[in-house]
Amino acid sequence: MTVTRKRFTGPQRFLHWLMAICILSMLFIGVGMVSTVTPAYLTLVKIHKPLGIAILALALIRLGLRIRYGAPPLPSDLPEAMKLAAKLSHYLFYALMIAMPLLGWAMLSAAAYPVALFPGVNLPPIAPLNESLHTILWDAHHYLAFLFFAVILLHFAAALFHALIRKDGVFAAMAPLSAGDRGHHD
Amino acid sequence: MLRGNGTKRRGPIGFMVVIAVLVGAGAGAFAYTAGWLSPSRLTPARLVDALAPPGGPALGHRRNHAKGVCFTGEFISNGTGTTLSEAAVFEPGAYPVLGRFNLATPDPDAPDATVRIRGMGLQITAPNGQVWRSAMIDAPVFLVSTPQAFYAFLEASKSKNPDAMKQFITAHPESLAFLQWATTGAWTGSYAEERFNSLDSFAFTNAAGETNIVRWSLLPAAPVEPITPAALANLGPDYLENEIAERVSKAPQSWTLEVTVAAPGDPTADATKAWPADRKTISVGTLSVQQVEPEISGPCLNINFDPTVLPPGMTTSDDPLPAARSAAYAVSYNRRTAESADYPGKVAGAAP
Repeated sequence: MTVTRKRFTGPQRFLHWLMAICILSMLFIGVGMVSTVTPAYLTLVKIHKPLGIAILALALIRLGLRIRYGAPPLPSDLPEAMKLAAKLSHYLFYALMIAMPLLGWAMLSAAAYPVALFPGVNLPPIAPLNESLHTILWDAHHYLAFLFFAVILLHFAAALFHALIRKDGVFAAMAPLSAGDRGHHD
Repeated sequence: MLRGNGTKRRGPIGFMVVIAVLVGAGAGAFAYTAGWLSPSRLTPARLVDALAPPGGPALGHRRNHAKGVCFTGEFISNGTGTTLSEAAVFEPGAYPVLGRFNLATPDPDAPDATVRIRGMGLQITAPNGQVWRSAMIDAPVFLVSTPQAFYAFLEASKSKNPDAMKQFITAHPESLAFLQWATTGAWTGSYAEERFNSLDSFAFTNAAGETNIVRWSLLPAAPVEPITPAALANLGPDYLENEIAERVSKAPQSWTLEVTVAAPGDPTADATKAWPADRKTISVGTLSVQQVEPEISGPCLNINFDPTVLPPGMTTSDDPLPAARSAAYAVSYNRRTAESADYPGKVAGAAP
């Protein structure tokens, strides 16, 4: 990284908010679909699989952008514990964004379910048919989903803390529009 | 805007409350979606729980249709199915089949003569890799038309109230056709003599884009020899699986796959109702069962015969049962595979 930015780059911000919508939808679809026996079950499962693969692809692009462009520095007066929490949560988000779709894909593979991306387009299995492997992958996919949602809630709380209480520019760094963009409304 | 000088300033405590309320709302919406705030919601887990006998489920086994044997063979398609569906399994040819003969009981050790319903799980794999899974039973119609009614039946059948079943039937007169078959229909002494029916309806779409609602049945080639449950009981508790293994070892056993096409106005969303007998039926090919293997060492053990696993050219219809079956079968699968160490004689982690 050669340039120190105050904000994430445009593509990074775009991907952040697009993925926020995708991932929140995904988590709600996930817990919703496994709790219903109505025909919505099949519809939700049908969305869950291609959306998961889309998130995996977007996460890999985003990881590339993060490595290429980095992140704006955190405010120097931010307590070290918060800086550490911010850093760790970002690692965790990237790990979950990439691991969750792969776990889901592998879990279906280990149960010999066809992984339909679209009607007629199946992904190849990435794990052998095996009941113990299926159980490990299923448990991981299941429990990490709740961890994912919990980390999102923390992230959301932290973003609001920066935006409303500290007003330190951390939220503005990822805001879809900059303060300047909004300025003409004043 | 908030940044404007005239805007009322909120203190940090006020913002903390705002943040807590927003985060709490997010968590609440998630909990609601997950069903945690709706104890009366019929979830797949509740449906599967209700299948368990009073002593609890048989660990490591399917939660229903727990007793069964695996088979392999092929489906010989005659090509006429392409008029109804563009599924590759209907192109002329022979395609590998994996399946399971089973008894509709949560007890894998139930004596054959104590189980009224027999089933077949079937998977046909087309050369393009697309699979068609189906789970059929020998009843001519199904017991109920909705998952809620199925749950009510399970509750009634376990109820200590002696009138519970009577009350169920009063509330669900649509179940009478099934119950009449269950009490007066003929029994056979072989899986090979059973007719297996999809009961649920599905939508078939052909290459021209025309969609028809269909049901299908497998009609046995073996002549049917009725037997009384008492005579079947005398043959032994596991007679059926031994008999089919022996019969198939002597010669492959076959069934004709017949697809019935609904006419406008037929009850496509109600598996308790048969369609009129004069509906168009098309024989699309022959199922040939060539080898029978015990479940523990057979290829069907870790297969979920989810009837919504359908190739392009087939989809679910307005029948609400397949979705519920798919959701419940997945729960059964997740539970039993997690308990695989409890499957008698099974070593956890062993390749199937």
